[in-house]
Amino acid sequence: MPADPFVTAPPALLTTSDGRPLKAALAQAQGRARRRAFLLVAPLLAFVIFTFVLPIAQMLQRSVYHDGFSANAPAVRAWFAATVPGTPPDETAFAALAQDFRQMKADKTAGLAGTRVNYTLPESRSLFTATARKADDLAPPYRDAFLAISAKWASPAVWQAMRSAASPYTSDFYLIATDFERADDGTPRRVQENQRIYVYLFVKTFVLSGVITLLCLLLAFPVAHLLATLPMARANLLMILVLLPFWTSLLVRTSSWIVMLQGQGVVNDLLVATGVVDDQNRLEMMYNQLGTIIVMTHILLPFMILPLYSVMKVIPPSYARAARSLGATSWTTFRRIYLPQTLPGIGAGAILVFILAVGYYITPALVGGADGQLISNLIDFHMDKSNWSLAAALSAMLLAGVLVIYWLYDRLVGIDNLKFG
Amino acid sequence: MALPVYATPLERLWHHAYRVICVAIFVFLIVPILVVIPLSFNAEPYFTFTPEMLSLDPAGYSLRWYDELLTLGMTTPEGVRDGAWWEQVWAEATWVKAAKNSIIIGFWATILATVLGTLAALGLSRPEMPYRRLIMAILISPMIVPIIIIATGLFFFYSNPCAPLALFGLDLQCGRLTSTYLGVIMAHATLGIPFVIITVTATLSGFDQSLIRASASLGASPRTTFFKVILPLILPGVVSGALFAFVTSFDEVVAVLFIAGPDQQTIPRQMWNGIREAISPAILAVATILVIISIALLTTVELLRRRSERLRGVSPG
Repeated sequence: MPADPFVTAPPALLTTSDGRPLKAALAQAQGRARRRAFLLVAPLLAFVIFTFVLPIAQMLQRSVYHDGFSANAPAVRAWFAATVPGTPPDETAFAALAQDFRQMKADKTAGLAGTRVNYTLPESRSLFTATARKADDLAPPYRDAFLAISAKWASPAVWQAMRSAASPYTSDFYLIATDFERADDGTPRRVQENQRIYVYLFVKTFVLSGVITLLCLLLAFPVAHLLATLPMARANLLMILVLLPFWTSLLVRTSSWIVMLQGQGVVNDLLVATGVVDDQNRLEMMYNQLGTIIVMTHILLPFMILPLYSVMKVIPPSYARAARSLGATSWTTFRRIYLPQTLPGIGAGAILVFILAVGYYITPALVGGADGQLISNLIDFHMDKSNWSLAAALSAMLLAGVLVIYWLYDRLVGIDNLKFG
Repeated sequence: MALPVYATPLERLWHHAYRVICVAIFVFLIVPILVVIPLSFNAEPYFTFTPEMLSLDPAGYSLRWYDELLTLGMTTPEGVRDGAWWEQVWAEATWVKAAKNSIIIGFWATILATVLGTLAALGLSRPEMPYRRLIMAILISPMIVPIIIIATGLFFFYSNPCAPLALFGLDLQCGRLTSTYLGVIMAHATLGIPFVIITVTATLSGFDQSLIRASASLGASPRTTFFKVILPLILPGVVSGALFAFVTSFDEVVAVLFIAGPDQQTIPRQMWNGIREAISPAILAVATILVIISIALLTTVELLRRRSERLRGVSPG
């Protein structure tokens, strides 16, 4: 039968020389290229996950997990599990508590359990250690025996605190870190006005970082503009003055600022010598908030100048000249033509400086005195006091804030555009 | 930046004021760094310029604080400065020990960060790289996450490095990494990695990927291609990334405070102690030495950057 001339044969599948379909061969080759690229990154990724991501994740877990009480008081824990919140403790509860206290005394873990309860109710730790000392004398009726040791055992607050500590997973540390406490019935409420420190310090950290970012911007803008408009040879020379602080050790810069700003320091001496300030009224520029602001502005200034400079360098001067020739004043030219073109640089620099300022630790610790401390210093304080879970909760909140800004930076600027020098 | 001829008198005034402002900002940037240099030669244990120093009287200057860097921590600092004395300095002096630690830790951290970072940057700059943006964000994050959070995490992690394996059902005890050189080196390498990634990927952005194919078509193995073609071209970026990583480690104090033991005291750790407790001009002598080192490093990096831009055909700038 002759072939129908109007029906064409289906197109032959394109194949490679060894007969595989071209599409499959391409997909395979691309897959291989992807795997090769990934294999180059894999060792570093594994290293960073091992030394950076996992340790931080593990630390953050402490902010919701504390088994100091729950692991050492299994009998009371069982009683809490069997009763509804708010149940007044009966004789079985006290009997369970006595059993746990005998065990805690033998294991020497009463302090650990008390520490956990202490987070929700101050002075619980001393109550626990005092009771554990007399645990061997506890005899039925247990309620009276406990009350003989301390009248606090009748308080519903103590039992509520123990109930909330009976589960190893808890939101208590986040409550504390946001200035909340648990009322006697377990509902969160804000702590008294004079005890609200954490939210205040978070706000202060962000406000101070904002002030420092603004100061950096004000100082960096003229310098970056000058560097971008000067002839290359002179600009390179001046650039060294920007890069030298960038390369100089942080501790060197902080100690030189101590030399500059202290009571008998260079700045005060200069002011006294020129008669601006009386010898008796030397300015206090250090060990306070002002010291933190001055020194951090100096340290972070290059991080603002460099991105601004790289943006300003590629702004064509002809736009400004065109605006002037069309009758704009120099101020209008700056405001409507030049400034909008520098916005990418301002954004990149400002976010970078802000993100670095929020997490700063060394400078506030050395020159901040009492009122120049930031949230990082508070985390360190709680680490020092072994309040690890609270330090972890504060770290988690700080980290969340930083990651949001980091995400914003990536969206607006792109991490690929980060450069030094 | 010349003033145009049509500038109004007000604009001329502003132009000069602007120059003055810029000079003031440069003074703000640089004077606090340079002021420690003359003060480190102070003959008195003060942090201020004495009248003798201001009148350039040689009696007002001395090298006593540099001398203290050698003698602090020695059992017998007095005595003839012969070979035995110098041996004692090498073995016992606190600052010398700190310098040795800083260099050992900085060297290995730099090697680790540079080797791993360069390989990763090569992968990241390939167009086929999957999840490029996410992985880049993770690798850069050690620079962004507050150091106190990293140090706290490492503090717990290093006390039992096998604890995360519990997630996979393995319950192992495998010693500690706190108070070990390895622990500090790994921490510092992590902190230096973002700098290596950033500088090497920046260099690779100007790298002609077809050179790799050309080399392969001429019969070179991937290994030969890397060492003979890629590495020579990206070397300036790798070296400046390595210098950044070294400086990061050389300047790091918070992680050292959290995870190092008394045997791993570094120069910044020693300075931290010095600033917090008794602040003596010996700190300024160290600061002066460090400023000189950073000037040397800055010069190196600038020369490398210009060489790299010349190689890539970009005009130096």
